[in-house]
Amino acid sequence: MDANLLLILPVAVLGGLFGLDVVSFPQAMISRPLVAATASGALLGYPGRGLVIGIALEFIALESLPFGASRYPEWGSAAVVGGAIFATTPDGTPSAMTFAAVAALVTAWVGGWSMVLLRRWNARWAKRQQEGIARGSGGTVVGLQLAGMTADLLRGGLLTFLSMAGFLALRSETIHRLVMTNTMSRAVVVSTASAVGLAAIWKVVHSTSGARWLLAGGLAIGFVIAAGLL
Amino acid sequence: MMRTPMATPTVGRELPRGVRLSMLLRLFAIQGVWNYETMLGNGIAFALEPALRLLPGGKGGPAYREAMARHSGYFNAHPYLASVAVGALARAELDGAPATQIERFRCAAPGPLGSVGDRLIWAGWLPLSSALGLLAFGLGASTAGVVSVFLGTFNVGHIAMRVWGLHAGWRDGLRVAHALGNPLLRQGPAHVSRATALVAGIALPVAAQGIIGPGRAVLGGVLAAVAAGAVLVTWLHGRVEGWRLATFVLAAFVLYSLVS
Repeated sequence: MDANLLLILPVAVLGGLFGLDVVSFPQAMISRPLVAATASGALLGYPGRGLVIGIALEFIALESLPFGASRYPEWGSAAVVGGAIFATTPDGTPSAMTFAAVAALVTAWVGGWSMVLLRRWNARWAKRQQEGIARGSGGTVVGLQLAGMTADLLRGGLLTFLSMAGFLALRSETIHRLVMTNTMSRAVVVSTASAVGLAAIWKVVHSTSGARWLLAGGLAIGFVIAAGLL
Repeated sequence: MMRTPMATPTVGRELPRGVRLSMLLRLFAIQGVWNYETMLGNGIAFALEPALRLLPGGKGGPAYREAMARHSGYFNAHPYLASVAVGALARAELDGAPATQIERFRCAAPGPLGSVGDRLIWAGWLPLSSALGLLAFGLGASTAGVVSVFLGTFNVGHIAMRVWGLHAGWRDGLRVAHALGNPLLRQGPAHVSRATALVAGIALPVAAQGIIGPGRAVLGGVLAAVAAGAVLVTWLHGRVEGWRLATFVLAAFVLYSLVS
């Protein structure tokens, strides 16, 4: 069997499971990048690398919280892709983190769109079962629920599979031509992700009395600690 | 439509443990077939179903079917606080409350259950749990430690919310609205928001430094870029989402790196 396929299949299963957690079951937030990317890295033998890209993506994910019926990126499958791409790129490869972050973000974008499609299909399936629902059939209600969850699991798995296949192929074509150093690549990702994360935190807390000062104070303490850790 | 009470009133009664457990487990899958038309509707009926088997006539009886049909219609709420509605509706059905009263509750409950849940969980507890995870990473916790801090913190609140909601809903029935006046739910979001501000403030620079690794010169540039970027994203709020902007910026860097 093709080596890439052996890599992609277990990652796709993981992507399906974490994609399911985003909305359908159990919404325990194992789909957050901090967890999903780490699990993906761990599956491939590099939990630490999965965690590092997961932390960077978590900054960005702070901005898109799953409020009601709003449309948001799907981080579960996306973080699994980002974690797997970063974990399987040799340490020190130029642009590795930037490439993995882009892979995750594009997957999150497509994933969000796929969730919208699934929700429309769910509505159509429910309409088709309207007769059973109107009769109060317990079997119809339970069947619909299981069908929705199964479809969501397959959606996440398929999305992860296709994304992994696409980005692994793209990586093998381009990675040797990317020139950004490892440190610069990490700095670019961290700057961009932290900016989005900081703006997201501001958006969430700024209307609470006193929270602005606590955020400013926290940042000052954080800078001092970070400088001390250098 | 008025309904003749059929079930034995449940005042002072507890739901059988197996039924409660089954309802609680089903609550984790309440959004399994979420859609833009009935939203949580089917999920509410799915979670209520074990309790509805206790209606006279049992599973498949007329009362069971009538209730299942009623609860499969449109309903929307925060998924964790939907447990309050499920508990209250189970109590109402088993007490034989009139259908009109149940319908009124189903119309009135979604607003408060949605807004309290969004403020407390999505805008409060989740960002706070994330910030604690980021801080643990920045302070050098192990991989398992970072994941445990995040998942442990979040899910203590998450599971407690579902369990409390089911209990409060069952205890108070259709009068459960006053349970939403609980000080924890009313004042909790503000306290959680303040804690999030402080912890996230500390966590952001520390976690950023943890990803970059040693290099004071790089960190200075990163901090300047973060400040400028955060102002830009805040200024663009409502026009462009930050994550989309991040995608374009990072893709542009990859392309630049490729062509240079």
